Amino acid sequence: MSSTAQAPPPAPPPASSTGAPAAAGRSGHATPAAVRTVGLTKTYPDGIEAVRDLDLDIRPGEVFALLGPNGAGKSTTVGMLTTSVVPTAGQALVGGVDVAARPAPARRGIGVVPQRNTLDRSLTVRENLVFHGRYFGLRTAEARARADLRLAQVGLDGAAGKAVDALSGGMAQRLMIARAVLHRPAVLFLDEPTTGLDPQSRLAVHEIVRELRAGGQTIVLITHDMLEADQLADRVAIIDHGRLLALGTPAELKRSVDADTVAAVSADTDPASLAAVLRGRVPGLRDLHLLPEAVLLTVQGAEHLFTSIIEAAAQAGITLRDIRIEEPSLQTVFLHLTGKDLRDR
Amino acid sequence: MSTQTPAPTADQAPDPTADPTPDGADRPVNPLRATGALLARDLTVLRKQPANFLARTIVQPTMLLFVLGYVAPTIGPGRGADAEVAAATTLLAGMVAMVILFQGLFAVAMPLIQEFGYTREIEDRVLAPIPVALVAVAKVVAGAVQGLLAAAVVFPLAQFVPASRPDLRIDWPVLLTLAPLAALMCSALGLFLGTALDPRSVMAMFAVLLTPLLYLGCTLYPWSALGPVRWLQVLSLVNPLTYVSEGFRAALTPADHLSLFVVYPVLAGFTALLLHQGVRHFRGRVVS
Repeated sequence: MSSTAQAPPPAPPPASSTGAPAAAGRSGHATPAAVRTVGLTKTYPDGIEAVRDLDLDIRPGEVFALLGPNGAGKSTTVGMLTTSVVPTAGQALVGGVDVAARPAPARRGIGVVPQRNTLDRSLTVRENLVFHGRYFGLRTAEARARADLRLAQVGLDGAAGKAVDALSGGMAQRLMIARAVLHRPAVLFLDEPTTGLDPQSRLAVHEIVRELRAGGQTIVLITHDMLEADQLADRVAIIDHGRLLALGTPAELKRSVDADTVAAVSADTDPASLAAVLRGRVPGLRDLHLLPEAVLLTVQGAEHLFTSIIEAAAQAGITLRDIRIEEPSLQTVFLHLTGKDLRDR
Repeated sequence: MSTQTPAPTADQAPDPTADPTPDGADRPVNPLRATGALLARDLTVLRKQPANFLARTIVQPTMLLFVLGYVAPTIGPGRGADAEVAAATTLLAGMVAMVILFQGLFAVAMPLIQEFGYTREIEDRVLAPIPVALVAVAKVVAGAVQGLLAAAVVFPLAQFVPASRPDLRIDWPVLLTLAPLAALMCSALGLFLGTALDPRSVMAMFAVLLTPLLYLGCTLYPWSALGPVRWLQVLSLVNPLTYVSEGFRAALTPADHLSLFVVYPVLAGFTALLLHQGVRHFRGRVVS
């Protein structure tokens, strides 16, 4: 699948920068931020500006999603927040500690579930947790006690003595989450935690995330999956090309597109011709994008949507194949902000 | 009378998994304990795979002891018992040096190459709340401990595999100081190679670097015997293994050896240099 359309949008100005939905990002709450970045920037030695001037304020106890396509700068951002990437400008505090200036103490408050399976293959399931606890200064007895509790929590108590090679992808992911929270970090970073998992394992991971949140754990969720961000996150930051495009609750973001309906229309003609026919004929049209096989209409007030589409097509002699109606999603928001389809990666 | 204050029920009993309180900066991590845990991890892995350890420790020195200490003096141009003792004595120090170097490579370099190149397993340890350099140092110390264990395993082999017993004269003060230093140097070399080499070319690099290091490191002959091949005698001085072999020659046998006034400072210098460069590369691999 490819791509994006240069549909000249009869759309509102791209919610340029942080515009409308950014209200939630304003500072001024009583509790200190779990994560705060000010002007955070990373330019790699080859000149690639992966993250530019990022300001974030993540509150204790919330699930905060960083949403964007691959290459948007999400991994670099997480790398900076977890001390594996050194910022070239700006500042980042995690759990109140400056991660660039004091990386070792900062790691005390950081839990990371990386994208890849980084479990210690020379150790058993339980040993992975026990040693992790000991790396964080726990006494062996305490590390063991916590390991057993966490294993039960993620449903791996039956696999405690197994080699990690014997775990399925979903089990390995649950173990990595248990490992990342064993030392009770101030902030848990989940980097694409369900990518590559089967649907059932994905649900299990989501369930664990909800449980952790209920226990008060601050979580930063890095994902390119809009549905995942929508389902799990209290607030979502949409980033692309290393910049923050929008920030707010999923509901706020969806409201920002000023539309209540999204219609994907396909016909026996190419999307560009179809778009030319529909443009100006659909009342309440806010935005129009070309997809490879369809035209995506973002509409406010959908009472006469079907009739207007059908009439316009009939007058132009075009045979419609399909009209699919959806509610606006974070996908719609991303498309609205960038003109790009997040699904086309 | 029951009190009106709600008594804590079982459900409200402290449950560490439900405890949202981060351990935070109020519980600073003792770097020594964390480093000790890293060391313990490597030794746990060693304990799980004794066959692995023994294979890389025993096979090569046993073959060399057998061929050069038994077969060659027995079938050679019959120079008798003295030649047998001389061969066994030379090999004793050389084989101890060789297995210590092996541990540096197989306990430190190879795991690092694998963990940096493919599995990224090291990531969890690098996220420990201690300076990254300590993670590298813990790896080196674990490698050195394994080097010393390997030396202890090969020592009796060097007594009994050759045709004659070596001429043994242990200088304990030298042995007890030199052995740890030599083991640290070899392990630091492992750290350096494990972090500097490109995983894709590692086998070729090992062949190119390791083979001359091992065979030209005065493991099979004493440095003083190289007089007739003067250029090699001089060239051997840049091989760190020369100082390990010659040091053990001084610690274990009455044979001629390089002066300890040279051996100690050079070993210490190599250790410091390799450790410094190794830590630098290590950091470069985990922080960008």
